[in-house]
Amino acid sequence: MRGRDSHVVVALTLALIAPSADAAQGPSPPMNYLQAFGGKAETIANLTWALLILSIVVVGIIAILTFAGVVRRRTPRPATEAERQPIAREEGGLSWITIGVAISTIALFGAMAWNAYTMAAINRSPRDPALTIVVTGHQWWWQFRYKNGDPSQIFDTANEAHIPVGQPVRFEVETADVIHSFWIPALGDKIDLIPGQTNETWFEARQPGVYRGQCSEYCGRQHAHMAVTIVVDAREDFEAWRVAQVRPARPQAGALAGAQTLFIARCGACHTVRGAFAGGRLGPDLTHLMSRRDIAANTLPNTLANLSGWIADPQAFKPGAKMPVLELPGPELATIREYLETLE
Amino acid sequence: MAITNYDRPLDLEYVRPQPTAERDLARIWEREPGLWGWLSTVDHKEYGKRYIATAFLFLLVGGVEALVMRLQLAGPDKRMLTPEQYDQLFSMHGLTMIFFYAQPVLTGFSAFLLPLILGARDLAFPRLNAFSYWNYLLSGLFIYAGFAMGYGANDGWFNYVPYALKQYNPGPNMDFYALGMILFGVSSTAAAANFVVTFLRARAPGMSINRIPVLAWGTTTASFGILFSVPAVSLAFFMLWTDRQFDTHFFNWAGRGQPLLWQHLFWIFAHPWVYIVVLPAMGIVSDALPIFCRRPLVGYTVVVLGTVATMVMGFGVWLHHMFATGIPYLALSFFSAASFVITVPSAVAVFAWIATIWTGRPVLSTAFLFFAGFVVTFVIGGVSGVMTAAAPSDRQLTDTYFVVAHIHYVLIGINVLAVMGGLYTWLPKMTGRLLDERIGRWNFWTVFIGFNLAFLPMHWTGLAGMPRRIYTYPEGLGWSAVNLITTIGAFILAVGVLLLLINIAVSRKRGFPAGSNPWGGATLEWSIPSPPPPYDFEVVPVVASRHPLWEEELAEAGGESSVKRGLRLDNGKEMLATTALDAEPDAIVKAPEDSIAPFVAALAATMFCAGALVLSWIVSAIGFGLLVMSLLVWLWPRRELGQIAEARGG
Amino acid sequence: MADAAIRRPKLPVGSIGHKSFGWWGMMAIIMSEGSLFAYLLFSYYYFAVQYGGDWIPEMPKFELAGPNTAILLLSSLFVWWGERSAARGHGAKQALGLVIGLWLGIIFLVIQSYEWRDKPFTYSSTSYGSSYFVTTGFHMAHVAVGAAMLAAVFFWSLLGYFDKERRAPISIAAIYWHFVDLVWLMIFFTFYVTPYLGVG
Repeated sequence: MRGRDSHVVVALTLALIAPSADAAQGPSPPMNYLQAFGGKAETIANLTWALLILSIVVVGIIAILTFAGVVRRRTPRPATEAERQPIAREEGGLSWITIGVAISTIALFGAMAWNAYTMAAINRSPRDPALTIVVTGHQWWWQFRYKNGDPSQIFDTANEAHIPVGQPVRFEVETADVIHSFWIPALGDKIDLIPGQTNETWFEARQPGVYRGQCSEYCGRQHAHMAVTIVVDAREDFEAWRVAQVRPARPQAGALAGAQTLFIARCGACHTVRGAFAGGRLGPDLTHLMSRRDIAANTLPNTLANLSGWIADPQAFKPGAKMPVLELPGPELATIREYLETLE
Repeated sequence: MAITNYDRPLDLEYVRPQPTAERDLARIWEREPGLWGWLSTVDHKEYGKRYIATAFLFLLVGGVEALVMRLQLAGPDKRMLTPEQYDQLFSMHGLTMIFFYAQPVLTGFSAFLLPLILGARDLAFPRLNAFSYWNYLLSGLFIYAGFAMGYGANDGWFNYVPYALKQYNPGPNMDFYALGMILFGVSSTAAAANFVVTFLRARAPGMSINRIPVLAWGTTTASFGILFSVPAVSLAFFMLWTDRQFDTHFFNWAGRGQPLLWQHLFWIFAHPWVYIVVLPAMGIVSDALPIFCRRPLVGYTVVVLGTVATMVMGFGVWLHHMFATGIPYLALSFFSAASFVITVPSAVAVFAWIATIWTGRPVLSTAFLFFAGFVVTFVIGGVSGVMTAAAPSDRQLTDTYFVVAHIHYVLIGINVLAVMGGLYTWLPKMTGRLLDERIGRWNFWTVFIGFNLAFLPMHWTGLAGMPRRIYTYPEGLGWSAVNLITTIGAFILAVGVLLLLINIAVSRKRGFPAGSNPWGGATLEWSIPSPPPPYDFEVVPVVASRHPLWEEELAEAGGESSVKRGLRLDNGKEMLATTALDAEPDAIVKAPEDSIAPFVAALAATMFCAGALVLSWIVSAIGFGLLVMSLLVWLWPRRELGQIAEARGG
Repeated sequence: MADAAIRRPKLPVGSIGHKSFGWWGMMAIIMSEGSLFAYLLFSYYYFAVQYGGDWIPEMPKFELAGPNTAILLLSSLFVWWGERSAARGHGAKQALGLVIGLWLGIIFLVIQSYEWRDKPFTYSSTSYGSSYFVTTGFHMAHVAVGAAMLAAVFFWSLLGYFDKERRAPISIAAIYWHFVDLVWLMIFFTFYVTPYLGVG
């Protein structure tokens, strides 16, 4: 792992140059992909580093050569008539081209070989994936469906997917509307979601943590607010999370029964809550809403205040989002929020 | 003046000090005064200047759009612009700079310079040139009319479906863009055909294929690129329009269309387009840099071959814009490798320029500073291009700000810097007055520093994972400070552009008179007065080497070129047609007189598209009828042009 | 010096056949228009490869398209004959060749409109229909433009504008007409023949 350490050093150096690289490294990395948190991402990061260093060296050499050439024999100002005469030096320069192009070509072929090696290395997962998740892009949120041989174990979630550490995971990506692109920089490269076709990608995470991703193909007005979170859990934690997610929501009795009815009436046309007769498919599945860190495709942290504000006026946070402003009276808003709090 | 014979005996003449009134070239070639003359002139120099001025106008508009966006992005979570406003701004900025600035400004240089450096009196088709210009102007106004009404393009210049289809984008935004681009395609195709024929058939006698200045090669190579690539995007936009208006199913998956077909057609066009907007700019540098290094360009032959090779290979790498779309492994490998290899001919040009500087005696004029800066930024844009050629890295880099930085190094570094250097070199030829060198230095350094301050750190923004085309971004991702730096750099760059305009304005009145050859240049345009007379050359020059004005100093070809003695050709508007390879005299061609028909034809074509936009077939039909009539007026054979047979036995 | 480079003592004046700028300009336009059709056919093959088997709603029929192809080829032959007659200074044959070519072109358009009417699909049924009608529609538009050019040079022939030297417009119209016919062969092969070869 010597290579990786050196990358960290360079990444930190770069972070000093660019003082904005301030977010915490480690378990919750920002979207920098020069530091990898999985095998696939690391193979790619090695190639990217190699090309980046090569590029910087080439630019440095060319800049020095140009500057030196300019300074070395510049004509004094003002120039005499004799100095301004064109001079014949037909032969001298050609070797520059020969040598320069030869060296560039060698460097280029080296880069091509590394590129070919990387492409082959990341084309397939080294082991059979433990898990297959179907990712469906919507304007402007992510739907995840965990595949399973046993139909009763299939479940949906939105905007936040958990995966087990140290295991390759396969993603089958589709779109419900326009083109999006699924991208978790610290874990792997991006893959486009194209209407009418199912694309596949895979990655594995080396350590537990929370990894941010973002839609990276322009998809309309709220392209900026279409982030995604991949939570990497230890295996036991993942299994516990999975079991909890499969479970439908508790049917509510007493005061909350009325809240559930109101929720179904107001929100059920678009949102699903399993176990509550809310089966809308236009918006995210809310069965375990309270287990998620953020809401609205990670536009806002999932706090009660944000939740209320979002339900009251989603257009204030995400202008153009598909969720309408329902103009709910205050008591109804509070009731619905109370119901949502139960969706753990 | 009637033509009495098909063949005319030739007589070589020295420049006559006092030509007879009847054969006064100035009177033969001059345009009419007044508005009518301004609209109906076909003088290539006039349109060259108009192209450049119009392109700079679009540069300013696109620049202001960029500055507004940079204010929005200066810090996290800013809400100055609504998402729709931001989307229209980045789309209009992109298409303005790429279509209405970058290529037309080079077309302007070529329209002005090509006949002058080739030793011709006009382009092969002067009226077509007028038509190209008017059509370009009107297509730009067409698209901006939509923007002014609030219907600017809002899906980026790349305009991916299905977001561009009616289902997701119901307003007329896309229709303005689609039909405007079809109009623009007509304009650029017409200009390209004109340049190709001029290059092949209207060179001075003796300017054989190995003596043509590199700028002419760049222009012609790019023109071939336009002829082959523009139909792809015109077709794609036509299909988009029929998909939107008539329910065809080219791109709509539900009707068994293919969203990726758009991307294929678009990038088959748009990748060559990148070379179309840089090859003539590289030609500017290859021709002008040696003037200021006081020596011929090193490696003329390989540079020319590299130019042609780049264009040819440019048609084989479009898929590298689609590495993340899930294309098969084999295609991925092929296009990735091809994208690496295409950098080799560019490396040839870079080392040729450096060798020219290194073995020359650089005169550090403002123009030279721009060209030297160009060499460095060219390499930065090149190596970041190599990084995106590597498919695995590209799938991290693509659609992040890294690619935004890359494209700006290509378009500003390789286009704008070359154009500015080119203006410092050739604007004196156009106006007769030199630009101020002191303002020039300020101009160069503000542009160079502002540009690099804005876009060099932007590579880091991309490596830090910031996606493109987002109207705002949250805090804490390491994107904030670097975005502020970019915004500051963008404003410094804008000041630099203003300094250029100030310099041009000042020089019009107070500039030092340029004389015919202020820099001691080697090629034919420097042999005639600045600004050139309406007929360009008093006598058709004869060329015996690559550097007709440096022959004595270089002892090249024994000083055989002749710019003072040649064919006078003053029996009406006459030009010499030469053979394609050896440039041997082939025919005396009659250039057409001024005509309003090209202007009317461009208006009619725009009217046709405007009718299609609002689905008013009456408007379209009137436009079409007007177009046919203007073409008939334009093309009707005329006796004075030698297009009609002589009366039998007469 | 200058006189050494200019070897020929006399030069023709004005637009002469293939020496004219116009003819070269037309070649440039043909390159571009040829690319347009290449991209149209590229789209067809792209769909055919993506969707395979049942993409083509109905195997193409030759009853109209076969004879129509022959008619268009014949028109090219007549135009060629007309241009050759022009080069030899046979004014009457030249006009006759052009006008027969023109009429065959118009007949092609008429038959093509019947072919369109008989199709069981429309441009908005599926991408196949869109591809078929837009490709053949573009071609028909080009035939119409070519026919207009033939009509113009025929009319100018009647006015006595041409002789064996001054005939550049005829050469220009003729080369465009041959190009339009060649494009039809490509379209015919793609839409009518390849389905029987197992493409799509």
